[in-house]
Amino acid sequence: MSAEVTLENVAALRALAAETVELARKAGADDVEVLVHDGSELSASVRLGEPELVQEAGSRGLGLRLQRGGRCAITYTSDLRRDALVALCAETVALAELAEPDDAGAPPDPSELAKDVPDLDLYDPEVGKVDAAWALRQALEGEDAARAYDPRVSNSEGATWARVIGVTAFATSGGFVGGYRSSYASLVVQPLCDDPTDPTTVKKRNGHWWTASRFLAELEPADEVGREAARRTVRTIGSRKVETQECPVVFDAEVARSLLGSVFSVANGSSFWRKSSYLLGREGQSVASDLFTLVDDPLRPRGPGSRPFDGDGLPTRRNVLIDRGVLTTVLCDVYSGRKLGRRSTGSAGRSIGGSPGPTTSNLILSAGTQTLAELLAPIRSGLFVTQMMGMGFNPVTGDFSRGAIGFWIENGELTFPVSEITIAANFDDILHRIDGVANDLRFRSSVASPSLRVSHMMVAGTSK
Amino acid sequence: MSHRIPAALRAPFSAEGDAPIDSHLANKLLELALEGGADYADLYFEFRVSADYVLDEERVKTVGRGITLGLGVRVVAKNATGCAYTEDLSWEKMAHAARTASQIARSGKTLPPQGFTSQQLPNYYPVEELSLMVAAPEKLALLRAADRAARAHDPRIIKVEASFAESLREILVFTSDGVRATDLQPSIRFGARAVAEQAGKRQSGSGGGGGRYGLEYFADSTHEAAAHGVEAARVAVAMLDAREAPAGEMTVVLGPGDSGILLHEAVGHGLEADFNRKQTSNYSGQLGQQVASKLCTVIDDGTVAHSRGTINVDDEGHLPQRNVLIENGILVGYMHDRLSSRHFGVAPSGNGRRESFRSMPLPRMTNTALLGGQDNPEDILRSVKRGIYAKRFSGGQVNISNGDFVFALLESYLIEDGKLTTPLRGVNLIGNGPDVLRRVDMVGSDYRYSDGMWTCGKDGQSVPVNVGTPTVRIASITVGGTQV
Repeated sequence: MSAEVTLENVAALRALAAETVELARKAGADDVEVLVHDGSELSASVRLGEPELVQEAGSRGLGLRLQRGGRCAITYTSDLRRDALVALCAETVALAELAEPDDAGAPPDPSELAKDVPDLDLYDPEVGKVDAAWALRQALEGEDAARAYDPRVSNSEGATWARVIGVTAFATSGGFVGGYRSSYASLVVQPLCDDPTDPTTVKKRNGHWWTASRFLAELEPADEVGREAARRTVRTIGSRKVETQECPVVFDAEVARSLLGSVFSVANGSSFWRKSSYLLGREGQSVASDLFTLVDDPLRPRGPGSRPFDGDGLPTRRNVLIDRGVLTTVLCDVYSGRKLGRRSTGSAGRSIGGSPGPTTSNLILSAGTQTLAELLAPIRSGLFVTQMMGMGFNPVTGDFSRGAIGFWIENGELTFPVSEITIAANFDDILHRIDGVANDLRFRSSVASPSLRVSHMMVAGTSK
Repeated sequence: MSHRIPAALRAPFSAEGDAPIDSHLANKLLELALEGGADYADLYFEFRVSADYVLDEERVKTVGRGITLGLGVRVVAKNATGCAYTEDLSWEKMAHAARTASQIARSGKTLPPQGFTSQQLPNYYPVEELSLMVAAPEKLALLRAADRAARAHDPRIIKVEASFAESLREILVFTSDGVRATDLQPSIRFGARAVAEQAGKRQSGSGGGGGRYGLEYFADSTHEAAAHGVEAARVAVAMLDAREAPAGEMTVVLGPGDSGILLHEAVGHGLEADFNRKQTSNYSGQLGQQVASKLCTVIDDGTVAHSRGTINVDDEGHLPQRNVLIENGILVGYMHDRLSSRHFGVAPSGNGRRESFRSMPLPRMTNTALLGGQDNPEDILRSVKRGIYAKRFSGGQVNISNGDFVFALLESYLIEDGKLTTPLRGVNLIGNGPDVLRRVDMVGSDYRYSDGMWTCGKDGQSVPVNVGTPTVRIASITVGGTQV
């Protein structure tokens, strides 16, 4: 079944958000914010050439955050009928009595609210027209290409083609009312192969590759995704540990994205006022190599993480977090900005039923000038990381220790695949030790990075 | 306990609700779901009420509440599954979901509708009074107690947060093979976090617990709110003196309880039968073989009283049980959902779980544990000349296909000449599941479960679980520190 979001749908949801604000004010609230989402999803998976799962559904929800006498309560519901919303508003007002006044929690000054909602081209009607049969064929084509790529691809964790389309509307008692529609489609292929290297231990090797876009025509062809997934899988056959040593580490563009996420976790207003960031007190100072410039840009047309207004109803804007190594902007929502005695950077995110907080939109590390081969070239022996495992980053101290998978570099060339090792260093040192940034930046997802080289980290593996 | 629950906490679809779903209605929906011809269909009704309270900077800053209601319809034809869900329980929307789910079915088989049999379920989590029914001030007092205790513990504590979350989930399952099951699943979770500062250096620590309890949980002295606050402060302060961890292969001693996360990652996921049905796990085809040291017996037990991972019935209508997965090192069983138990021709193991009506049932762990052995925990520590003692963990991850796993230590100590000496900064351990379990060479007698904080993620679905273990010695595993 195809699905569609019309401009009338957007107007209707905007009206519902605004009406609910009024209902809550009538129920006794001083300040009210209402977020509503109405969407439809389709997901189709195949495995070993057969359909495995088709899921199709519509989903909606309304989140209400209100204050009375400076006391805050948050509720959510999927029941959007008027009488249910009237009851919800009364219940939420009563709930607020349980909280204690918090001056920082007041809504933004109405003059700060967004005056208009820019069209960022986030909706493609073609995405909603896809039906289950077409989605299954795409998934099948991706998986077939992966299985045909190399005879060693003997099994599969399947391929999934999925889409979501929907409307987001937000209204506040300060006078903001906005809404927009969006679409997103993706294909992921996950081949599997046997690793016969050690006949005493059964090991399998997996890998994956994906494509995603807000626009159907911008998806990479399914067969290309499948072949890349297979290439990334078979090249890990024979993976082994290496000796414990300190050496240069190059992060593949795909995995370097995870490092950018860690930077954000210590460069946002919430972690600052909670004294939970090792970067506290470092604004205006060098926190990374001068090759490192990190930008959050919510206004990129068609951007996977783009948003025309933020979770406080403020206009969004491009922010430079780190400019050639210097910490210039800590991303703030209204609340964390107040806690720090400064203004919001228009970076509030909010989910249905959640408090607003600083989030990234499109977080992008600026590309360098070297090719990946040029980054590898000067390395006599080192590690090329293609995947990381686990949650080994402590934002309070900067301690960083994670599992790694990748390839051993010898004399500038990738030699054999490695796994079951860890990489570790203090994150402050990692960022300062970046001595090469590649030119391979691609905007495939809401966090985008080129490959980068760190002069040295501790690699833990086997004993000498 | 149902007669004491107020209407606001009961599902509209329950017999006591304002729009009960009876067998007749369920049968009509299943007929629609099976219209295209299929092997099996089920209906999963879910109603969840939750509330949460957060104390921060000595103030209750937010109070939240939410309600989730919906129906998930699933239709299975051979290995293919169609599913759809709706948050609107009007007949038209439910019928639409049933028809949508049936679109994948191609078997051409038509099943006669059946009558439903309701099973008498055990109750592994009777509670004196649901915490959602208790007036809020009593819960806010718990948050303040934790906050005060953490601050009083040490002057170096500069920040404390405390949170309390409570929920009641009601499920109603109808299957085309005639099962009707319903369960009420209460859950509470209490957490405290503290930041300590000394000479410009900061460290954080956390504490907490919970399970399928009412507020009587806090009556146990080790469960008191203040005790959780003190634990958060203790860890934060202890870590102020932490030094960088070593890098390379070392002997590691795991403390009791929380360390069960190692089992969860090293073997638990690999023994979930969907991976083995698809031959994508490194444990595929290994039944009857030695996959761990003889000292290792690993169970998954969905029936542990009040434990966070316990269920009275799984989300496919099957009874939970105590499943032995590894017995004296030999792999003896997998954890099954309906699909995999059919595939392997074995009885369902009661592990078919789903995050909500929006997601599909999968084989999932409940309470997973390594059973106790013969060794005195103190002897285990004394046996180590140089190694690491692992006490608290933030979580882990496993690659199912090759068995490599990591888990992150929040609190650990260097062992020198059999004694705990220096605290170590946060570090990851990495190993290969079967490889590490073969290196388990001492197992303590102090087996216990963790105090109910763990949530397990798989395929984007989160479900509550618990883990348990005694003190365990691993002869050698890679420690991901920075010091050679």
